[in-house]
Amino acid sequence: MIDIQDLNVTFSTGADLVHAVKNVSCRITAGESFGLVGESGSGKSTVLRALCGLATDWSGRVSIDGEALEPTARRSDSFYKTVQMVFQDPYGSLHPRHTVNRILSEPIAIQGLDKPGPRVEEALEQVGLGHGFRFRFPHQLSGGQRQRVAIARALILKPKILLLDEPTSALDVSVQAEVLNLLMRLREELSLTFVLVSHDLAVVSHICDRIAVMRNGEVVEEVTADELARGEPGQRYTRQLLVASRGYDREAIDQFEDFG
Amino acid sequence: MTDLSTRSPTGLKAWLTNENPESHLQASCGRAYYAWLDFAANRLALLGLIIVGLLVLVAALAPLLATASPIAPDLQSRLLPPSADYWFGTDELGRDIYSRIVYGTRLTLYVVVLVAIIAAPVGLLVGTSAGYFGGWIDKVLMRITDIFLAFPRLILALAFVSALGPGIENAIFAIAITSWPPYARIARAETLTIRRADYIAAIRLQGASAGRVIWGHVVPLCTSSIIVRVTLDMAGIILTAAGLGFLGLGAQPPLPEWGAMISSGRKFLLDQWWLASIPGIAIFVVSLGFNLLGDGLRDVLDPKSGD
Ligand SMILES: Nc1ncnc2c1ncn2[C@@H]1O[C@H](COP(=O)(O)OP(=O)(O)O)[C@@H](O)[C@H]1O
Ligand SMILES: [Mg+2]
Repeated sequence: MIDIQDLNVTFSTGADLVHAVKNVSCRITAGESFGLVGESGSGKSTVLRALCGLATDWSGRVSIDGEALEPTARRSDSFYKTVQMVFQDPYGSLHPRHTVNRILSEPIAIQGLDKPGPRVEEALEQVGLGHGFRFRFPHQLSGGQRQRVAIARALILKPKILLLDEPTSALDVSVQAEVLNLLMRLREELSLTFVLVSHDLAVVSHICDRIAVMRNGEVVEEVTADELARGEPGQRYTRQLLVASRGYDREAIDQFEDFG
Repeated sequence: MTDLSTRSPTGLKAWLTNENPESHLQASCGRAYYAWLDFAANRLALLGLIIVGLLVLVAALAPLLATASPIAPDLQSRLLPPSADYWFGTDELGRDIYSRIVYGTRLTLYVVVLVAIIAAPVGLLVGTSAGYFGGWIDKVLMRITDIFLAFPRLILALAFVSALGPGIENAIFAIAITSWPPYARIARAETLTIRRADYIAAIRLQGASAGRVIWGHVVPLCTSSIIVRVTLDMAGIILTAAGLGFLGLGAQPPLPEWGAMISSGRKFLLDQWWLASIPGIAIFVVSLGFNLLGDGLRDVLDPKSGD
């Protein structure tokens, strides 16, 4: 479904060249849930942004659903109907002056689909928001409700692949679980392929079958959820992430090594 | 969250404050209602709104409010002081100054509205395009903006009017052409932050064209600061128009333009003070009104304070 070979992504800020992603390769099959973990700044979001054309300075071979991608911003309409993304911060991913209705119906208008009203209602239903939310503005929604709207927006074009960039890390712990359960339910119902990015191994291992561990822009290890559950990742860095995800244990933190 | 409030007996207010609006119209009205509550809490802003409202009202009803023709001379009654017959006195051609002021509101409004309609959209378009596209488009557009910004407005307007010839239409055009650069600057600065937002990334991921993103997503977030800025600029625009009128380059006689009235009245300033002072006061009051209104709008519309 997604095939990434030797992906390198750079950002140029003034004179500096940031090499954010180095030689990342992975293959994600249809229906799979693939996880990307790593500490903040390790290049996880950049991988997703390169996939969907938001970062254009990349090299390597990437194909999605058999269609080879070019490092340009403009993608085909079929791409937008195949791949959608949910962003990390639900407070920044909804337009502050648009109602939920407008947010959800605009993709329908852009892609020229029929019956916008029923589609919007259906998408709201799917993410567990009732009709009463349809004409609200984002400032009338809680963080969890906003993220549900963002998920509904990603689903409205009926994509096959959902790129999830830390979809729960801006939310309260109790709401996190709700949103994760919602995502798992949707994946089941709509047979979606997930690429889930998180700095939290617990979240990723909860949802994903296979997990790539990233550090400084490189994939240092690929593990399965089972291996992780048995607590036997090969790399000490991964083990440390695992410990970190179990909470802020004094003893554990004292053992931390600096992998910088 | 209760659906009971939908049908509660308090009618309009309940409809406006309903948390679960039934339509886009209701949602927008509800939003406007809360903005209005904020605005109305500011006394000075309300005063500004009343002054501007009166300006519009007087302009609309000028033929009813005026007691005499604003342009027909009456040489029998030249330079009469304010009295029951001539509330603000008469000028050197015997015209009733009160009626001229009343008709002058039309010219003032004409200038202000036309300048706003021309300059604000041009500034918005230039600024948002420059900010959104970046690169050479940004460089070219901003250099042009800088060139216009480098000259003081009145000087540039003077140059345009002398090239185009005197007259109120040319004055409006000249003022509009010199007013848009600051709006372009503001719009560009805001666009630079907006374009990095996730909601812009999200709509681009839905396949939106650049035009749709700029028009539907960037512009609505810039308009409030532009509206505030335009309102605050109104005073300056009125003064520039009056200045051009004063120099004989704006509205031509016998039009009752306030700046031109001051200009012709200044010869009589010592003995017949009302000729120049009354239009001066009118300009002052209207400018003040727009300034107060702009301040109030800034408090309500400023995106950094709301949402
Ligand atoms: N737009 C950008 N311009 C310059 N550098 C960037 C940009 N986006 C990300 N980076 C850099 O790329 C690296 C990876 O960032 P990111 O992918 O956001 O990390 P993560 O999502 O794993 O926290 C970081 O060092 C970051 O500073
Ligand atoms: Mg990130």
